[in-house]
Amino acid sequence: MALQRRLLQFINITKPCQKLCGVQSYSAQAASQSDNEEKRKTHFGFETVDEDEKTKKVHQVFETVADKYDTMNDMMSFGVHRVWKDIFMMRFAPTPGTKLLDMAGGTGDITFRYINYLRNQANPDTEKRSSVTVSDINQSMLNVGKARAEKQGYLKNSPVDVDWLCADAEQLPLPDECYNAYTIAFGIRNCTHIDKVLEEAYRVLQPGGRFMCLEFSQLPNSTMQWLYDQYSFQMIPVMGQLVAGQWKPYQYLVESIRQFPDQEKFKLMIEEAGFRQVTYENLTFGVCAIHSGFKL
Amino acid sequence: MRAFIRKLSSFPKSKNFREELEINYIPTNLFQKTLLTIGSATVALLDPYRGDMIACLGEVTGEASLKFMRERMLENNEGAEILRDMPRINSQTICFKTLSELPEDTLGRVYADFMKENDITADSRLPVQFINDPDIAYVMQRYREVHDLVHASLFMKTTMLGEVAVKWVEGIQTKLPMCIGGGIWGAARLKPKHRQLYLKYYLPWAIKTGHNAKFLQGIYYEKRWDQNINDFHKEMNISRLTER
Repeated sequence: MALQRRLLQFINITKPCQKLCGVQSYSAQAASQSDNEEKRKTHFGFETVDEDEKTKKVHQVFETVADKYDTMNDMMSFGVHRVWKDIFMMRFAPTPGTKLLDMAGGTGDITFRYINYLRNQANPDTEKRSSVTVSDINQSMLNVGKARAEKQGYLKNSPVDVDWLCADAEQLPLPDECYNAYTIAFGIRNCTHIDKVLEEAYRVLQPGGRFMCLEFSQLPNSTMQWLYDQYSFQMIPVMGQLVAGQWKPYQYLVESIRQFPDQEKFKLMIEEAGFRQVTYENLTFGVCAIHSGFKL
Repeated sequence: MRAFIRKLSSFPKSKNFREELEINYIPTNLFQKTLLTIGSATVALLDPYRGDMIACLGEVTGEASLKFMRERMLENNEGAEILRDMPRINSQTICFKTLSELPEDTLGRVYADFMKENDITADSRLPVQFINDPDIAYVMQRYREVHDLVHASLFMKTTMLGEVAVKWVEGIQTKLPMCIGGGIWGAARLKPKHRQLYLKYYLPWAIKTGHNAKFLQGIYYEKRWDQNINDFHKEMNISRLTER
């Protein structure tokens, strides 16, 4: 008992623990805010900020992390993020003729898997062209993606047409029903208004189109959640400082994960936007989840 | 009357530093400090160009030494004045153009020439992030900003050899673990020719200077720009190893 207490003191972090309890009550508070309030507040990790400030701050975070983004992802997840994205693509199982909008697609991980999947099909249908629009609100992330695409040869002799679009997921400069698939991997939790993102996704998808989201989520098992919290708060910002020379973006990362709705709540939000046949699948004990829905 | 050469800034210096610290401060517990110590030492050894890792290592391991440095600075008027004024050294507070036009053998001219010859800027010093107490944090910030001046006034180049020698001097005077570690581990990276020079000349000189010289952190350099460098060395009890 005493040992457990000593151990807890050794790795004590008072700020996040308090805030962790605060997460639930905060979400309730945000929901009941009246529309008449002048400056609406939202969360930026565990901080409370004005809504228009959040977009700017998130933008800053990704500007800063862009060039070490992929290295840090590997380090923080011990390479497991690659498996998550592989499974995501397997669940998506695109067929030739798919017109994908890869939102928050930045450095290209999902897009490249999409292109590979279509390339590696047993009997590729050379008649039907597929396409992907890689979109991100942050030009630096897109630049990293473009550079990687060129370097790794995804743009030459490809069955897939690729184009790049710097845009805000809440306000897409795109006509209605122009895509038949929409993916957003590890991006939606950074958006200020998740409901708007879902509405826009619904708008740009054709009937029969599929919405798929890969995002960090909550672990149903509370012991596992505790272990995961310790790893997140004790180690990840430290790794950010050592590898990327930045602490704060990674503190934001682990805090923003706690602020995101859990699997069931997010499923309801997707249904509210109009999607049907909404399902989710937990990966790695619930560290992240794949949500899928159709515009029917 | 010694002349100041300092540009005015909009806030008094101490207010500036405290505000800056509040923005930059990151709370860390013992476990995280341990990880940061091991990690930053490793990264710094593998990649000496990661100055931010040396900075991190210094902050995370240096609290006790910084308290000692502060006590030592308070022992005389000049040091106490620094702690009261909290002056900063960067391109906003120092007019390098004016310094480079001073007579040849003045401290200010030596410093300006040193910065130009080694192609370094006074703006590259990172703000303190992991120390809460502003008085102690300032001592760390000052140590960082004064480091180039220590180099310049000791006539030590920014080669590995010069850096290691300066680290020994600073380590002996400040007791900062990062300096002591840097002196030992940095020396391990020296190539054979430099290692010979290090063992025969630089190391003995650095140890002697560290012990004999006055406390270099307690020198209000900004008030001594036009002091003759020979007088400066005599006053601070520094015996030169090389000429400029």
